[in-house]
Amino acid sequence: MTTTEVLIHDLVEKHGKSRNALMPVLQGVVACEKFLSEEAMIAVARELDLSAADVYGTASFYTFLDTKPRGKNIVRVCKTISCHMQGKDAIIKAIENHLMVKVGETSPDKKFTLLTANCLGWCHKGPVMLINDEVFPSVTPEKAIEIIEEFAKKTI
Amino acid sequence: MSKYMVNLKINNTPIQVEEGTTILEAAKLLNFRIPTLCNHPDLSVAGNCRVCVVEVKGAKLLAASCATPVSEGMDVNTNSEKVRIARKHIIELLLSEHNVDCTKCFKNGHCELQELASEYRFGDHIFIDLVKDRDKVRDISSPSISRDASKCIRCQRCVRTCDELQSVSALAVVNKGDHQYITTFLNKPLNDVVCTNCGQCINRCPTGALYERNYIEDVWQAIYDPNKFVVVETAPATRVALGEDLGIETGVRVTGKMVSALRKMGFNKVLDTDFTADLTIMEEGTELLTRLKKALVDKDDTVKLPLMTSCSPGWVKYQEHMYPELIDNLSSCKSPQQMFGALAKTYYADKINIKAENMVVVSIMPCTAKKFECNRPEMRDSGFKDVDYVLTTRELAMMIKQAGIEFDKLEDESYDSILGESTGAAVIFGTTGGVMEAALRTAYEIITGNEVPFTNLNIQPVRGMEGVKEASIKIKNTKPEWNFLEGVELNVAVAHGLANAKQLMDAVKSGKTNYHFIEVMGCPGGCIGGGGQPIPTSAEIRKRRADAIYAEDMGKTIRKSHENPEVAEVYKEYLTHPLGHKSHELLHTHYKVRKRY
Amino acid sequence: MDQKPLKKIDIIFGWDDKCTPIQVVEKTIKKTPENIILDMIDSGLKGRGGAGFPTGLKWKFCRNEESEVKYVICNADEGEPGTFKDREILDKVPEKIFAGMTICGYVIGAREGYIYVRGEYNFMLKTLQQKIDIFNQQLHDMKVDFHVFLRSGSGAYVCGEESALFESMEGKRGEPRNKPPYPTVAGYNNKPTVINNVETLVYTSEICRMGPEQFKALGTNDSRGSKVFSVSGDTPIAGIYELELGMPLRDFVDEFGDGDTKAIQVGGASGHCVPRKKFNDTIIGFEGIPTGGSMMIFNSSRSMYNVLHDYLEFFTEESCGQCTPCRIGCQQLLKGIEAVKKGERPPTYLDDLKRLTATMKIAAKCGLGQSVANPFTSIVDNFREEIIY
Repeated sequence: MTTTEVLIHDLVEKHGKSRNALMPVLQGVVACEKFLSEEAMIAVARELDLSAADVYGTASFYTFLDTKPRGKNIVRVCKTISCHMQGKDAIIKAIENHLMVKVGETSPDKKFTLLTANCLGWCHKGPVMLINDEVFPSVTPEKAIEIIEEFAKKTI
Repeated sequence: MSKYMVNLKINNTPIQVEEGTTILEAAKLLNFRIPTLCNHPDLSVAGNCRVCVVEVKGAKLLAASCATPVSEGMDVNTNSEKVRIARKHIIELLLSEHNVDCTKCFKNGHCELQELASEYRFGDHIFIDLVKDRDKVRDISSPSISRDASKCIRCQRCVRTCDELQSVSALAVVNKGDHQYITTFLNKPLNDVVCTNCGQCINRCPTGALYERNYIEDVWQAIYDPNKFVVVETAPATRVALGEDLGIETGVRVTGKMVSALRKMGFNKVLDTDFTADLTIMEEGTELLTRLKKALVDKDDTVKLPLMTSCSPGWVKYQEHMYPELIDNLSSCKSPQQMFGALAKTYYADKINIKAENMVVVSIMPCTAKKFECNRPEMRDSGFKDVDYVLTTRELAMMIKQAGIEFDKLEDESYDSILGESTGAAVIFGTTGGVMEAALRTAYEIITGNEVPFTNLNIQPVRGMEGVKEASIKIKNTKPEWNFLEGVELNVAVAHGLANAKQLMDAVKSGKTNYHFIEVMGCPGGCIGGGGQPIPTSAEIRKRRADAIYAEDMGKTIRKSHENPEVAEVYKEYLTHPLGHKSHELLHTHYKVRKRY
Repeated sequence: MDQKPLKKIDIIFGWDDKCTPIQVVEKTIKKTPENIILDMIDSGLKGRGGAGFPTGLKWKFCRNEESEVKYVICNADEGEPGTFKDREILDKVPEKIFAGMTICGYVIGAREGYIYVRGEYNFMLKTLQQKIDIFNQQLHDMKVDFHVFLRSGSGAYVCGEESALFESMEGKRGEPRNKPPYPTVAGYNNKPTVINNVETLVYTSEICRMGPEQFKALGTNDSRGSKVFSVSGDTPIAGIYELELGMPLRDFVDEFGDGDTKAIQVGGASGHCVPRKKFNDTIIGFEGIPTGGSMMIFNSSRSMYNVLHDYLEFFTEESCGQCTPCRIGCQQLLKGIEAVKKGERPPTYLDDLKRLTATMKIAAKCGLGQSVANPFTSIVDNFREEIIY
């Protein structure tokens, strides 16, 4: 078995084989691998006795269950109204320039994928960004770069 | 237990209906037609297109009539001002997302959205065109099914069909919001994913988003080519459905008219797949008896039982994907279509003195999977592609119209001979249970010398639209060479529609069943409900086609495959005997394990 | 009109050492379920997620269903732009949520409760699970047959719609279901289910702690009690505030505005935009403009075209996509205002679009599509020039 298959097998052991387990299993895969590869979706489909198209259809509904390859860290900048008013454009621009990527892209060293997100629930402390599961409220362009640099150092 | 009755009013007309009835159903009883798109009688309720909204007095929201059960005292208006405005908006929204190139569309004139649009007489569209360039790329990877996402209205009928009726789920809804659409796993070409080519999705697609890969022009080219000798074969189920696309009532048999039309179109010989259906019974029946002998007398535990029919290419491919461990249970017999092609380009070509390389075999099928089947690499035992083109019943209807033939005015004509004669047993191949019934009529008689013990040879337990049917026949008074079967209870099962097949296969896999022979047809109702049959389809329509099939059987003088004189002649002149050397070479095949994912 | 002046309240985040949430459970389950339902109905508590269904009735309906298995679900899929109060509650006083769920479970006859937290709040899952474990242990020790579980979403606004949330929990696409049946009859796993918002559940446990009288003394006839507001936008004091219901919007602006308030979006992207001229006669409550708690303040430097554009972009992306009015309607509204702005369509096209929103309001399958009309008409009606020029 590949590492992905082992991971999925273990997740299914933990959450069960019923359809109700699908979300936790997919979330578990994304937590480890950052996105759902073709191999992962097939393995999940096999373990839960679903069709691959069904797994793909379900996963693709959810913004955080990416089905496209992603970097080791996923940066999501909130783009909804409050953060828009509080300067998300400048944050995005700063990160784009720093990582030399556009929104939706992954840096050449595969360390970061830059994405935008709909309301992250920090409207009183915008602009806000999420790196993986960690929240960074009230960021400035400078602070955003500093934080990303911290992550870059931690990421091998 | 009698159901609770509910009183309500629809357009001021009172009606009493059973609890649980939807507004849509109740309105229909009063002859108020409410337009629908996502609703289909064979599928679960989705309630997502919203075309069927109606106004319920006192409610703030309009109700989707397909999804809303009636309640006591309800006062429904199906054509109020609010309803009309909303419905027009909804249809127009759908049109704004739909590639409205209707005159270029294969489903032109057969599109439910087009019909609605014409009912509502839109002038200029107010809304902005939203068709995405991405969707304008057609998927023609499959030899059976074509997809045009720019025509898709997201009603999800195909998704529900593939899941609920066929247990395949090759198609899924992906993404959300403005990015939502219907596609395959990772948007792969249809030919590269687990799809059985059954075409049931086509039968239920309201627009031109799903349609058969059509070969109409290729066939005309062959007919026009003076160097080609074009032979056509027609499947059992086409003759009870073709009329529907040519202005004739559902359930009317048009066998003779169809033969006449084919001749007028310019086919050189009009022959019958029913002939090879009879031949299939000879081969498959013998195969069953051989396997039974090996199992019961020789105690050979490598023999795979139950034997499973292999006439339905959708079912065969399903088995190859989903139950590779049961692949050896499939009969090695080719489907009647392919037996026909192999014999046509060998025995028949010789007999009529035509070079096989100049012969074109066209088959008229109720099926889209047959298009895939004729392209299988195994299907070239004549040394050529045994069957060149497969046309659906629908494509044939289009060609008849193109040829300017007034179908309903045609006189009945008969098939050419040889390879044109058939029995009632062959005709019933067209409906679920038919192959089983035909096989039993013959096998029982081979074993005992007597007819099957059912009134008028009609084996009722394997008939009807039950998803999985079972029957047992006790074998009595065997001939001496079959005495090992004396007293044996022959257990058979029949399934139609792949969701039912799955249920049956899971039962077989569990080891708790003791069937000897299983018939599976990939489509609901069998071939009469095939993916190439006229649209629409419903349980009611399928039943009327099946009734017509059984009527055709009753009308035949010969109703047992082994009594078909042309079959006997072919064995005498060419094949020698069932499962003989030539048979193995031309009429039998093998299967391929395919990936489930 | 029945109204109350702006008053800050401290029920939700307050802590009573003499009656902790688990003690509230202990004390409450000595009463009969019927009496607890009566208390809930008496308190006048209505759902705090936005729709405002009377909580006591919901519990009663579910209790009346016959089923071996029932569920309590806490809707913590807080996704409405401008709303962040549930996160704060989950962070500060989750035990009160667990207590509310347990009491609800006792009332309706459910043994399992699930908290469905939006994926954007994944960072708090670990701590939350630890607190759940402690609470479950306490229930176990008290021999209360109820268990709280944690589930998380994965980024889909529409999963805040209750039936979409069930679908998601069942491992499917978060597509709202047809109604009826309603959740109290067939919810999660098609079993009778009470699904309440985070804040509502906290109020239920607080009502059990302090009695319905104290709660219903607050607010107005139609809007009993207090509510947690998420205040953001052009305000010097953005944050979370619990306020008595029934206040005039004018009071709110005076307290939170920056002196230059042009409009307030009440109830988030799916709510209503109230312009300055209507501040005086707008009441915050079920009799006026109900809200899930989002109050977003815009001053005169803001372009209302941009605001509307942001909202429509949000709905276009977050629509589940299954029903025609919402999937295509949202796209048409977004492209429509862009076309008007660019001069590709005449200003009167806005009226065509308004008629479209009227259809969406009554014909969309769920609350998401139905409510897009709210921001659209209220912004277009009050700031038409800003949309056109």
